[in-house]
Amino acid sequence: MSSSLLVHGYEVVIGFETHAQLSTQSKIFSRASTAFGAEANTQACAVDLALPGTLPVMNKGAVERAIELGLALGSHIAERSVFARKNYFYPDLPKGYQISQFEIPVVQGGAVSFFLGDEKKTVRLVRAHLEEDAGKSLHEDFIGQSGIDLNRAGTPLLEIVTEPDMRSSAEAVAYAKELHKIVTWIGICDGNMQEGSFRCDANVSVRKPGAPLGTRREIKNLNSFKFMQQAIDYEVRWQIEQIEDGHAIQQATVLFNPDTGETRAMRTKEDAADYRYFPDPDLPPLVISREWVERVRSEMAELPRVMAERFVTKYGLPEYDATTLTQSKAMAAYFEETAKASGQAKLASNWIMGELSRRMNTDDLDFAQAEERISALQLAALIMRINDNTINNNSAKAVFDALWNESRVAVGDNLHDVTQAASVIDSIIEAKGLKQMNDTGALEAIIDEVLTANPKNVEEFKAGNTKALNGLVGPIMKASKGKANPAQVNELLLKKLS
Amino acid sequence: MAELHNMTVAELAAGLQKKDFSAFDVADHFLKRVEHDQQRGSNSLNAFLDINREVTLAQAKASDEKIAAGTAGPLEGVPIAHKDIFVTRDFATTAGSKMLKDYRSPFDATVVTRLRDAGMVSLGKLNCDEFAMGSANENSAYGAVTNPWDTSCIPGGSSGGSAAAVAARLTPAATGTDTGGSIRQPAAFCGITGIKPTYGRASRYGMVAFASSLDQAGPMARNAEDCALLLSAMCGPDLDRDSTSLNVAQTEDEKKYGFSHLLRIDHGDKPFAKAGKDGKALKIGMPTQWMHLGQTSPRHHSSGAQPQSEPDVQINSRIDQSLERFVDLGAEIVPVHLPLTKLSIPVYYIVCAAEASSNLSRFDGVKFGHRAKEFSDLADMYQRTRSEGFGDEVKRRIMIGSYVLSHGYYDAYYLQAQKIRRMIAHDFQQAFAQCDLIAGPVAPTTAWKLGDKADDPVANYLADIFTLPASLAGLPCMSIPVGLGDMGMPVGMQLIGNYLQEAQLLNVAHRFQQVTNFHDATPEGV
Amino acid sequence: MSLSPQDIQRLAQLSRLQFDDASADRLLGQLNGFFDIVEQMRAVNTDGVVPMAHPVDAMQGLHQAIADTDELGMTLRLREDVVSEPNQREANQRSAPAVERGLFLVPKVIE
Repeated sequence: MSSSLLVHGYEVVIGFETHAQLSTQSKIFSRASTAFGAEANTQACAVDLALPGTLPVMNKGAVERAIELGLALGSHIAERSVFARKNYFYPDLPKGYQISQFEIPVVQGGAVSFFLGDEKKTVRLVRAHLEEDAGKSLHEDFIGQSGIDLNRAGTPLLEIVTEPDMRSSAEAVAYAKELHKIVTWIGICDGNMQEGSFRCDANVSVRKPGAPLGTRREIKNLNSFKFMQQAIDYEVRWQIEQIEDGHAIQQATVLFNPDTGETRAMRTKEDAADYRYFPDPDLPPLVISREWVERVRSEMAELPRVMAERFVTKYGLPEYDATTLTQSKAMAAYFEETAKASGQAKLASNWIMGELSRRMNTDDLDFAQAEERISALQLAALIMRINDNTINNNSAKAVFDALWNESRVAVGDNLHDVTQAASVIDSIIEAKGLKQMNDTGALEAIIDEVLTANPKNVEEFKAGNTKALNGLVGPIMKASKGKANPAQVNELLLKKLS
Repeated sequence: MAELHNMTVAELAAGLQKKDFSAFDVADHFLKRVEHDQQRGSNSLNAFLDINREVTLAQAKASDEKIAAGTAGPLEGVPIAHKDIFVTRDFATTAGSKMLKDYRSPFDATVVTRLRDAGMVSLGKLNCDEFAMGSANENSAYGAVTNPWDTSCIPGGSSGGSAAAVAARLTPAATGTDTGGSIRQPAAFCGITGIKPTYGRASRYGMVAFASSLDQAGPMARNAEDCALLLSAMCGPDLDRDSTSLNVAQTEDEKKYGFSHLLRIDHGDKPFAKAGKDGKALKIGMPTQWMHLGQTSPRHHSSGAQPQSEPDVQINSRIDQSLERFVDLGAEIVPVHLPLTKLSIPVYYIVCAAEASSNLSRFDGVKFGHRAKEFSDLADMYQRTRSEGFGDEVKRRIMIGSYVLSHGYYDAYYLQAQKIRRMIAHDFQQAFAQCDLIAGPVAPTTAWKLGDKADDPVANYLADIFTLPASLAGLPCMSIPVGLGDMGMPVGMQLIGNYLQEAQLLNVAHRFQQVTNFHDATPEGV
Repeated sequence: MSLSPQDIQRLAQLSRLQFDDASADRLLGQLNGFFDIVEQMRAVNTDGVVPMAHPVDAMQGLHQAIADTDELGMTLRLREDVVSEPNQREANQRSAPAVERGLFLVPKVIE
């Protein structure tokens, strides 16, 4: 890695553990609902509460999602994996143990690749294993006591563990964003970080280049990309200061406080070190047949990186465009419809990455909402009108404004009817009289007027000052109310001046 | 007509169908016997922990209506009582522990539901060792159960209440659970018949878990015929609730007659002559090691009398006499080898303690059950709650379990035990290549005096030597009475079958009981 | 090898149990009595033996009745992802030591 990444002469080493809540209807070992935000303990059934006599029964949907992640990240899907009990006492852990996977996880190896600026990075995965989520402890509202809500207990999780491959907070955030994109793209996780559906723990350590790995501290529950960067940056600075002051780093679990922008060590669970893992006798080994894996593979949506490659080869887009347009399924779909209908992939890409994205940001809209303002086919029709010289770019922007501000997409409109879309565009061009002036006679008349009105520029041009030409083009476009075709203006002007 | 309490399950079922008597009368009769026993104060067997007249009689009335309507189940109106390990809506469930004093389950155990669906009327809940940990029923937080054959003796454990109640005719049948012998040993000590089916036959849903990879439910009754009827009602796939529940394909006969299907066929006076593999004579394997374990009795340093792990002379003689009857019926006796029998004691106690230490972590005073009255903080609440709620034997096993699973000891203890467990299961398959079923003692001795081994846990462990191997392998096994010992206490013989061979086991036991009357012996004063 | 009083303290902490000195001493003696009989087990050569975590392991292919071992339950049975548990909060919390507004109350949890 480049030395420019060193912080005060230290190399930063980061590994990630991400808990992704799986988007199943029911819990991993019970038939209770996983829906978020229900009244306390109304979605905690006998099994979730660990009432005496209850037993776990595995949810097929959770396994299917694990297979999908493994396929998306090029991992090995274990034909046989084992559920184990992780034993520790905590009020939000009803059984006094968490059912997880220890020695043999379901997803093994794999990698996540992404762009950091224009540098391609790859973070290797160690594993991803299935486990159950714990409940929540609510510390407010009760004097000296905590309230335990076990609705979340038993929600299926995939814990995705990386090698310590990241070398900066920026790279760590880029990794987290890419992983987030993938799990939401393949639909195994809703990715809602506020609700805790996608929780990241960062293992951070620093060392002098070439030195063995330093002692790491784990920053828990980073539930926003912004805090992620702040927390890691603070932690790195803190560790370097400690070392510079001659203090050794103690392994610890720390929490990030967004208000102070600082990390502080959690109160350690005394026996956290000894979880007494052993195979759960209530659950025989999980066996996944090759046939099942292939069935899941055949039913899976095209992955972002595969789609990006296709955009490059099929539409001849630059890799940067292709990667940007595959940030979300919706964006990619919008692009493909526009490109296909208009036959102008690069123009479509420019408009979507430019004007459309700019407007969506300012109005804070997503693609579903944007479609309501201007459908992909309307944008395609607009692009076609530019391409066939009906309007120029300035006029096109005006048409875009018109559509954006007073949408012509009426409820019940078929957004996928090309002729309808085209007629909408044409009617606006008509109404606003933006049709490009392609009548040579009228244009020549205007040009003659302008030439006589500006003898000075004419002389300078003839004297060899090509710049003087601009002083003439401006007034001509103005006189044509912007409808003149700029290329045609240049051509006629030069003819007359030679 | 015999008195109701002297009738078997089969006889009661038949009489109820013929309307010789009503389910209400039967339930009332047995309830009166239970209540009478409870009123005997210190002389009570202390077999029942919870009864409820209203609930029981309401179930009986419902059964009478079904019989009248012709919609009766196979065991409609026949009473049964449940070991307090099974959770129940209508009765408290304590698992013999202070931890669950007055606990009410919001659901019924699958076994309880299945028996009710078959028409059985529940008489209440039966005393047992705390969380089914014990061989004497002296580990119940609600007091020891005594043996109806001699109330100064223990009834065996952990299903001691079940065995004592059936032997004393307080109920015609009872459910039990067997983790390392908890059905077979008390059945033997109280002179009744009990069977533990193949692991996975009966659903564990609703059984308060002790050792998940060993726990199995089974019936305890007067004879093999009743056990077959009861086992058929208890067992069956519970695929939605128990991931270890077996889903066995059934033949037409099995669908129709369950585990009784072999009992119906007339085999003449030499029923075992063709009862073996491919029509040959039934081969009964005798584990050679089992008769001479004395010479290699495990060394141990603990207080109390040197425990006995070799069978008494009296036990051996009763078993030899009984085997002669099997030969009379056409069976052959062949020697088989189970060389690791002695190791089953450490292996079993490591496996069951490891699983128990984890299974009992849910008892933390947060969601249900006992919570200490006074504590300084969360950690203190946990420690006081669990220290007050659990008895000594349960604490010992939790400590052993935590130790063998803890960092640095896992491989040497837990993993090594799991490996030897497979070797033991393998030895049984070697043996079954030589024979159709295995016979031997249930326990080295008859029931001992209350208190004799109370403060010597290791002595209790060693006494389980003959029941542990089949439990570790998950094999079906049963105990049948084979007469009384020198002290007038019942002696049991153990029969072990290969996986899923319950019907054959029960058939063999039934043929034996047809030509003997050991199972009809009744304690004095009952 | 035998346990030390320190082991008893560590295991008690791990198990959330507490023992006064007298009972800790008695317990130490009893556990060491048990681990004496465990010694014979540790000497057994188990090279290449696969640990047996579930009894069903041993049944593999033993019986005609076991046509399809997966069906029988030797490998994990999976259920369809369907919600069918109604809200049973009241019944489920009937035996709870301390409940307020549907929450289980415990002494303050400090993180």
